[in-house]
Amino acid sequence: MRVFLTALLLGALGLPLLALEPPSGLQAADTPNDEGNSLTISWDKSPQDQGDADRFKGYQILRSESQEGPFAEVGFAIGGKTEFRDNVEPLKPYYYRVVAISPEDSAGTAAVGPALATAQWFDSSRANVLILTVLICFLIIWYIERAKRGEELFIRKIQGLDAVDEAVGRSTELGKPIMFSFGLGEIKDIVTVAALAILRQVAVRCAQHGTELLVPNWDPLVMAAAQETVQQAYSEPGRPDLYKEGNVSFLTSDQFGYAAGVDGMMLRQKPGAVFFMGYFYAEALLMSETGHSIGAIQIAGTTAITQLPFFIASCDYTLIGEEMLAASCYLKKDPQMLGSLKGEDFVKAFLIVGFALAALWGTTGHLLFKAGHPWMQGVFQAVKNWFVTG
Amino acid sequence: MKKEIPLAITFITGLIIIVTFFIPHQPLGTMQQRLLIWYSIVLGFTMLLGMDSLLRSNLQRIARRSPGWPFALVLIIGFLGTLAAGIYTWATSESLLSLGSSFMYVYTYFIIPLQATMFSLLAFFIASAAYRAFRARTLEATLLLITAAVVMLGRVPIGAEISQWLPDSASWIMEVPQMAAKRGIFIGVALGTIAMSLRVILGLERTYLT
Repeated sequence: MRVFLTALLLGALGLPLLALEPPSGLQAADTPNDEGNSLTISWDKSPQDQGDADRFKGYQILRSESQEGPFAEVGFAIGGKTEFRDNVEPLKPYYYRVVAISPEDSAGTAAVGPALATAQWFDSSRANVLILTVLICFLIIWYIERAKRGEELFIRKIQGLDAVDEAVGRSTELGKPIMFSFGLGEIKDIVTVAALAILRQVAVRCAQHGTELLVPNWDPLVMAAAQETVQQAYSEPGRPDLYKEGNVSFLTSDQFGYAAGVDGMMLRQKPGAVFFMGYFYAEALLMSETGHSIGAIQIAGTTAITQLPFFIASCDYTLIGEEMLAASCYLKKDPQMLGSLKGEDFVKAFLIVGFALAALWGTTGHLLFKAGHPWMQGVFQAVKNWFVTG
Repeated sequence: MKKEIPLAITFITGLIIIVTFFIPHQPLGTMQQRLLIWYSIVLGFTMLLGMDSLLRSNLQRIARRSPGWPFALVLIIGFLGTLAAGIYTWATSESLLSLGSSFMYVYTYFIIPLQATMFSLLAFFIASAAYRAFRARTLEATLLLITAAVVMLGRVPIGAEISQWLPDSASWIMEVPQMAAKRGIFIGVALGTIAMSLRVILGLERTYLT
């Protein structure tokens, strides 16, 4: 009766019936797959950590270089968390304590340790990426080698690239310049390197026809590469005299400033053909709709999936994703480069078959799981987890 | 040798980047970050190239009285004005981003409204592009029109008021056929990027070595 009354009294006063307990199972271990500069501290939740922030605040992480202390706070994990990553010096022993904190009380664990942070020579969480990369590279190189032996390879027609000559020819007939934009791509983007191959083709045709080529740039490094490409391309048909450095110029590194600059050039100089090749963001539609309004023939190519619908709506031809990256192979028709495309197609076919089999396996596994046979779904989950986490 | 040395640099750098992706141990673990820092430093210097190109081409247009030369004049004035505001702020304030500084005045009252104006134009351009794309001239265009109408109506409150079928259908279209097409393109781009990178590393793709 006395216990019941005490409990009732404490409850009425809003005081906790049980004393705060510290977290259990505290462990401090080296963080796997890192460069050896962090330790992972883990624990099991305190019994009072029930997800109510008013009653339980979280865990204070204390660290010391000796078991006896002094311990200093190195971090705080809110209630519900059971792990904390602490940045430390490599190969130095550290000891940890974790203190559960509530508004009224605190309760800490005993010190654990020593824990040493060590670096790993292989990131095992990326084993899946390594295996797939090796497999894909092997298949592509194998097809390149087959192409080297003189095997005949077929490549389907890519209308957007076939239309390059048509666009340059039409501009020449109209006596109008041609414009080429890389968008907001940087030179380290692979799509910009692919766009340089198309620029080279366009510049060669412009030099052959004596048509002016305008290349406004957003990135000065891309501008330098474009200047070299165009200058070299003008030399190929023996017309280096037609190259004007001022036509391949820098505009601005501001996204909408660049769009405004390109739009202004289009409205003033009325190019007969406009090429949008590279990586684009919101400026894509601003520029391509302006090009459409002046009646230019427009060819776009990008790997930016969000901008593809806009280009498809406003341009005459659009190179979708991988078509853009295949441009240099298509234009050069070099057997070795075509071999890499063949390898890419083989990997794609391999993936399609893999996805179909995985879907079939997963669906059957789910049906069997419902019927009380979990093994098939277990295998499916294991494979899926390997692809997700390595 | 003019081509062999750049090709060797590309091969070695490409190989290092790939290998270090799988090795967290120092000094390889941070190699990729270090190379990106080098890239940023080079990029900083190339801004000078950009400024040179910008000023030279626009001064030439003014000197030759090319069509639209007053725009070039506005650009030069804007460039020099911003530069002067930046230098003045740098000399007199703690930071270029200090509130109330002349540089922040230019940024707040010139650059931001100009950017916002250009971005706002997108609404009109989307309308004109959508009008052309959705004209039901072929079976495919008609399907596109119907799909777009369902998605647009399903994404606004009035859609659910008309019928619960609209938001449900819009979600299904976005989550199933749209997502499948998008992932198809993503996979194609990823494989294309791997193949293109291999061509660059192996020296088959040399367009950048003009």
